[in-house]
Amino acid sequence: MLKIENLQATVADKPILKGLSLTINAGEIHAIMGPNGAGKSTLGYTLGGRPGYEVTGGSALLGDQDLFALAPHERAAAGLFLGFQYPVEIPGVSFVQFLREAANAQRQVRGEAPLSGGEFLKLAREKAGLLRMDMDMLKRPVNVGFSGGEKKRAEMVQMGILDPKLAILDETDSGLDIDALRICGEGINAIMRKPDKAVLLITHYQRLLDYVKPDFVHVLAAGRIVKSGGADLALRLEEEGYEAVVQETAA
Amino acid sequence: MNVALALPTRKHENFRYSDIAALETVWPIVTEEIAIAAGEEGALQIVETGAEAVARHVAITLGKGAKFDLRVLSAGPSYGRIAIDVRLGEGADFTLGAAQLATGEETLEIVTEVAHAGLNATSAQIIRTVLAGKSVGTYLGRIAVERGADGTDAEQSVRAMLLERTATANARPELEIYADDVKAAHGCAVGELDAQGLFYLMSRGLTPAQAKRLMLQAFIAEAFTGAPGEDELSDLALARLEAIL
Repeated sequence: MLKIENLQATVADKPILKGLSLTINAGEIHAIMGPNGAGKSTLGYTLGGRPGYEVTGGSALLGDQDLFALAPHERAAAGLFLGFQYPVEIPGVSFVQFLREAANAQRQVRGEAPLSGGEFLKLAREKAGLLRMDMDMLKRPVNVGFSGGEKKRAEMVQMGILDPKLAILDETDSGLDIDALRICGEGINAIMRKPDKAVLLITHYQRLLDYVKPDFVHVLAAGRIVKSGGADLALRLEEEGYEAVVQETAA
Repeated sequence: MNVALALPTRKHENFRYSDIAALETVWPIVTEEIAIAAGEEGALQIVETGAEAVARHVAITLGKGAKFDLRVLSAGPSYGRIAIDVRLGEGADFTLGAAQLATGEETLEIVTEVAHAGLNATSAQIIRTVLAGKSVGTYLGRIAVERGADGTDAEQSVRAMLLERTATANARPELEIYADDVKAAHGCAVGELDAQGLFYLMSRGLTPAQAKRLMLQAFIAEAFTGAPGEDELSDLALARLEAIL
């Protein structure tokens, strides 16, 4: 599904990712954990194609497509979804209008027929329901006036509607209260835990992983993956801290 | 108002950014007079979407308690000048929502003079300008609150969006106040599309042109919200936006 090899990337000429390799197969859920400044968000943005995140070496394949040869909207059409740590507010543009255009833009690239207004609303209502979000909220301007938790749930609704192959979710758990955390976790499972899909969770904490059980956990430090393991690695990190685990690897 | 016969130069404050050569082709400008009697309501939609140079001057007088809703869409002319003078009597209410969209070498300008002559009159102006290529977009707006016009509430919101660094936006909001009890708010900003917002939209699958168009539609919509012809104005603005992007 996703094969990253020796990825190097800079932000404002400063090297952040320094030879990161990671393979994610269909049906798998991976978590990347690590201390602040390790490059976790940079990994998500670099794969998403955010301007200012420059690839200086290495490769990333989504299926058989070279991600770095594609513009951000083409990556989306190829099946990539990037869940933002800080979803952007866009005054005057409603979720419904924006998501219908986005879904149909993706469908056009894939040679599929566009969704009619009715079909789209049915789909949106179903996915909003999964995240216990009132449909009226999707008629409001994108993220404007939403609480932190509402923004994250709206991200998951978008993921449900756009139906990606691979979701990279950047700190979806930050800013969530306990109930919203559970709802988001269940939403991720309902939408993405399928044999033909995969998820990369970027997170600081174990708590989201209580709901979305990862098949693999990786520790990112100083721009590289320094340790990989199963779900139990996240528990160990929670108990012993990043430093102890990273030190042990270096030794 | 009479027709001015001599072609102005750029030394005239109200023609400082005009395309004088183009202005000459449509000179002189005949003033269109509109008077709304006390207690009456009126509305006007000025839509200029042809490519020809155009210059209009509308003078509106609002009697006691009269209301007027003016919407302007200037999107297409090689040179487009819309000048609006408004005189508000006691308790009168004036709304202006205007959008100008330009590209290439086009020069568009909106020049307003809103005079609050009586007590407790209200005026609200929203001007949105979108500029691509080497176009020039100008808004010159004067609000004059005359002696004794207490209770005046005058608002001006002026924003311009530059799609390319080669375009030029001029904005000159002016307030001249001779009364004591006056609320006058004005905001003025020239900027570019929010890069974060664009990336967010594109990361969901919108092409760069679609993402820009969506954000600009929202930007322009503010000028037409609540207009009697809101849908028609929005559709015409959208058509021009798509041509510009």
